[in-house]
Amino acid sequence: MPSTAESALGDRLVELTTSLRDHGVRVGTSEIADAARIATALGLDDRIRLRGGVAAAMLRRAGDREVFDRLFDLYFPAAPGRRTVPQAESVDQLREQLVQALADNDAQTLDDLAAAAVDLLGEVANGDEQQGYSSAQTISRLQPQRAIAAAQQQSRGPRGEGSGQGGEQLSDRFDRDELRARVAVFRRRVEAEALRRNTQVRSRERVARFGVGSGIEQRDFLSAGTKDLDELRRHIDPLARKLAARMSARRAAGRGAIDVRRTLRRSLSTGGVPIDPAYRERRRHRPDLIVLADLSGSVGAFSTFTMLLMQALHAQFRKVRAYGFVSSAAEITDVLRDAEPGAPLGIWARRTREFTAHGTSSSYGTAFRGFVRSEWESIGPRSTVLILGDARTNYGDPGVAHVAAIAARARHVAWLNPEPARMWDTGDSVAAAYGAVVDMHECRNLDQLRAFVARVLPI
Amino acid sequence: MTTPHPALAGVDQALQSLADVGYLASDEIATTVYLAEALGKPLLVEGPAGVGKTELAKAVSRAIGADLIRLQCYEGVDEARALYEWNHAAQLLRITAERDSHEHAWESLRSDIFGEEFLLPRPLLAAIRSEERVVLLIDELDKADEEMEGLLLEILSDFQVTVPELGTITARHRPFVVLTSNATRELSEALRRRCLFLHIDYPDPQLEARIVGLQAPGLDDTLTQSLVRIVGALRAGSLRKPPSVAETLDWAQTLVALGAEQLDPALVRSTLGVVLKHQDDIRTATSTLDLDRALDG
Ligand SMILES: Nc1ncnc2c1ncn2[C@@H]1O[C@H](COP(=O)(O)OP(=O)(O)OP(=O)(O)O)[C@@H](O)[C@H]1O
Ligand SMILES: [Mg+2]
Repeated sequence: MPSTAESALGDRLVELTTSLRDHGVRVGTSEIADAARIATALGLDDRIRLRGGVAAAMLRRAGDREVFDRLFDLYFPAAPGRRTVPQAESVDQLREQLVQALADNDAQTLDDLAAAAVDLLGEVANGDEQQGYSSAQTISRLQPQRAIAAAQQQSRGPRGEGSGQGGEQLSDRFDRDELRARVAVFRRRVEAEALRRNTQVRSRERVARFGVGSGIEQRDFLSAGTKDLDELRRHIDPLARKLAARMSARRAAGRGAIDVRRTLRRSLSTGGVPIDPAYRERRRHRPDLIVLADLSGSVGAFSTFTMLLMQALHAQFRKVRAYGFVSSAAEITDVLRDAEPGAPLGIWARRTREFTAHGTSSSYGTAFRGFVRSEWESIGPRSTVLILGDARTNYGDPGVAHVAAIAARARHVAWLNPEPARMWDTGDSVAAAYGAVVDMHECRNLDQLRAFVARVLPI
Repeated sequence: MTTPHPALAGVDQALQSLADVGYLASDEIATTVYLAEALGKPLLVEGPAGVGKTELAKAVSRAIGADLIRLQCYEGVDEARALYEWNHAAQLLRITAERDSHEHAWESLRSDIFGEEFLLPRPLLAAIRSEERVVLLIDELDKADEEMEGLLLEILSDFQVTVPELGTITARHRPFVVLTSNATRELSEALRRRCLFLHIDYPDPQLEARIVGLQAPGLDDTLTQSLVRIVGALRAGSLRKPPSVAETLDWAQTLVALGAEQLDPALVRSTLGVVLKHQDDIRTATSTLDLDRALDG
């Protein structure tokens, strides 16, 4: 008979699972059972181990871990009595301590300081109902990034003639980045702490639903900020690798057809009995990839994703050519290769003649027409063409016939649309018209890109 | 639950046993290894190249004193390579030898040539038939075709195999199973569900410094710290192929061989090829760390 403690644990795990599902992380029922066995095996004393163990049972991909940790911390909070929050009287004092902890890279103290900061600066009270804690308010009052310069000085130590230390150190050339990364970790701690405290004044479910953003897998490309960039890139790179592997895979898995001639030749050594059949080698397919991306204002933020994807593909395919367009198309393969990841591609394109021959707002018809005219020869029966765009034509001619012509000539054409499918064909979107000649896929986030790479693309 | 091997009977034991055989695990790695043992579930390990996925399986086998049986996956690996195969050549010889003597009826000959003697067990069958407990490493599963996962699903769910001519063979001891993947392909949900999932990332600087201390002894502490910091900085930048633990170790060994005492731009510049494999990456790193300029002061 399960004790009350055990069934309480079970309930918690079920609630955690529900929250994970709300955030788009798929967790099955048998995983909950495994998690319960894990909690029994590990005990509840060491939260960090418990978190790692439950994650091992519930998660299937690394990208879900951040959301998981957030939610886990809400449902399995540190016991309140066991936290010793350092007392801080003023912002200045807090920042001073922060400088020291950043310089020492002291994770434990940073953790404690995050709690102290929320305690001192995070409380919001606009009417009794609304009481709670805000990480944004904490951060804007504390301004942790302002501790970086001081921490840098502190960690470099005294320099100069008398001090024995020479002048510049090699680490001086990157220690600012190290400190920035520590501040980023500190911010996340502050966010986690504010959430934890809010569960004391509001229901856990509400905090989980509204307070925890989506993980990188589900975050919208169109709303991805610059701070998501590195993380996005880390996830897009392996997807590009997968795409490359899938596209160059042999047509069908397994053995090829029996090669009669070689089998007979082999059978001579076994007295004419064809006991060791030879299989025909499958020829590898050498793919080439053409990416055609909308760089207009309506997909502004999407072009960041476009760029990351194209750069990642670049590293994986020997033959990949990239084109961008606003109202006319031009090749951007070399530009992409040399650009910083996350450079504002769209802004640049909208100011550049090659992409705006017919105006600075998007015109799919003229862009496709020009592309087909000048690049017809580079599209071949082995080409896969990937079109990235929201299919919003500004009420102009969509040039569907040009897309149909590309589809007829290329091996495969797929269209990735960053808008939610329910928005398609509203306003100036002509998704359905293009969808009639090429496959159009909703591709709003990594999760969908992953699905596209894994299943949709035919081999 | 099965009774765990004493070396893996708790998280702390796992941490210690793995360290004793030369693998410095993070707390999370040790936790998951312990759980895989306690729950008797296969461990699916993902992560970037060179972070110690394969080495973890080897370390577990050393820690529990079990043989390691390894199935290295590659494109086109099939049942005959993974599970078992009949030794056609030997069967044929037997048939030829017996052809003229009429004493043997075909029936008995047939049961003869499909007996143990002519069976060539491959890693999966070998692991199941083993008299002793083994560690079964299915390495780089993402390189194999998808059918391989179907085969593994069957085997990993009840650790038995049916050879039509011989019947069903059930594992005497449930092997400790480690599957690794570099994620060049999405593994099926069904397979993932059977396993505990462990993502190994680059180790934190303290752990990496300890790994260097263990695998490249002779590098002094300060130099080790600097090395690990620069590797961390390189990983944070946007490189095609960020350096892994394997590269950190190569670099450390190179520095030991050169008798280096301090990392200065010129030394880093001249040894960067050990850590970074792409020309582009070397160029990027040289410019972000400004390696063509000596230190001021
Ligand atoms: N925690 C660790 N303790 C000791 N050595 C380690 C550790 N992690 C990695 N290493 C060392 O790093 C090297 C690379 O490890 P390994 O080959 O297992 O990587 P991998 O993840 O399997 O890489 P790949 O994906 O390329 O197969 C090995 O020499 C291993 O000894
Ligand atoms: Mg390996």
